[in-house]
Amino acid sequence: MPESELLGVFALTWQAAVMLGLGGLLIYLGIAREIEPLLLVPIGMGVLLANIPLGGLTEGHGLLALLKQFGIDTELFPLLIFIGVGAMIDFGSLLERPYTIFLGAAAQFGIFATFFLAYLVGDGWLRAFDFTFTDAVSIGIIGSADGPTSIYVATVLSSKYAPAIVVAAYSYMALVPIIQPPIMRALTTDAERQVKMPARARKVSRRTKILFPVVTILITGLIAPKATPLIGTLMFGNLLRESGVLERLSQAAQNEMANIVTILLGLAVGGMMLADDFLRPETIMIYVLGVVAFAVGTAAGVLFGKVMYLASGKKVNPLIGAAGISAFPMAARVVQKVGLETNPSNHLIMHAAGANTAGQIASVIAGGAVLMLVPYFV
Amino acid sequence: MADEIVEAPAPGKILRIHAEAGKPIGKGDRILIMEALKMELPIVAPVGGTLKSLNVTAGQTVEAGDTLAVIVS
Repeated sequence: MPESELLGVFALTWQAAVMLGLGGLLIYLGIAREIEPLLLVPIGMGVLLANIPLGGLTEGHGLLALLKQFGIDTELFPLLIFIGVGAMIDFGSLLERPYTIFLGAAAQFGIFATFFLAYLVGDGWLRAFDFTFTDAVSIGIIGSADGPTSIYVATVLSSKYAPAIVVAAYSYMALVPIIQPPIMRALTTDAERQVKMPARARKVSRRTKILFPVVTILITGLIAPKATPLIGTLMFGNLLRESGVLERLSQAAQNEMANIVTILLGLAVGGMMLADDFLRPETIMIYVLGVVAFAVGTAAGVLFGKVMYLASGKKVNPLIGAAGISAFPMAARVVQKVGLETNPSNHLIMHAAGANTAGQIASVIAGGAVLMLVPYFV
Repeated sequence: MADEIVEAPAPGKILRIHAEAGKPIGKGDRILIMEALKMELPIVAPVGGTLKSLNVTAGQTVEAGDTLAVIVS
């Protein structure tokens, strides 16, 4: 055996060393700064393990290679996560305030704006970055502010930037409390932010809550069939929650399954971040475009909130539009906080939660719509 | 003299009470803290006056729109 295969240190390139540092940084941010620790710690460890020279985890039957083939290439992991997410979300706040669905839809505009931008700097016009049409679409999906949807769309479109897209999506979700408030303040007047909305809402029956996931699958599936895997798993999880007779399965989906798949998904995504693919100017550009995606989505939600403010005779507080991006529950909390800043007894939390859960559904549908439209352009 | 009703903004649980019934209260003074959607919501007096009644106790769960307190301004 040659010496270089015995001691990894001789095979260590500077690129691999940078990746080891990056893995360490993600682990640090997760633990010391508590930025999305559930994901950043497994991802960081995946990066570390994948970039140890001669470690062999990403080759042949190595652990990380197997996880990628089994869970990412097949799109299995994000779908399993969605069953857990569906079981965690109470769509009551949306069902009690059906108008919030429009805010969830408006905030998806970030996806399309970011796609155009990515395509323009890539193959579409400037060719400054190696972004094909499908890469640009995958980057745009960061604007859905939804991790599993980002992974799903990027792998279905087999974008080479899937790991960077996923890490960008999750990092910005953690940064929602920093990205959103300045945009929200800049786009609204003091009078608009002051608008109080009624706390009491029409109560929805248990039957409605049970029918909701089933009807959503049928309607979405028949309109945007490509969204069926995502909306189907999300709503199956929600049916487990709302049925009232499947408490055990609902708990298992929310806890055991979601936790196990989070570990595997995090390691697999980290394991895809190899020096050669990751250390490129494109990765930095994806990070820049990610901020644009979150900012434009927020702005679109708030602007649509302003339309609703005028249309409703000044009864809708436009701030709740910012919760239309599906970063759950961070965006709803941000709305509540900015609302209280303007008027300490104006609690927008329930309305924001409605828009936020609407955003969750809208981002899945947007993901499906994008997958449906792409074949017509390439 | 108008009664100002302070309502629960969301369904949740009362965590801590900070005010006392019958005592004067200033605008913006904290009445109680409740928890909803895993978030602490500070409930403050929307107007100054006297806290006529405090309708909840710590640990109690409330629905959105329930009366938490009444202030006479």
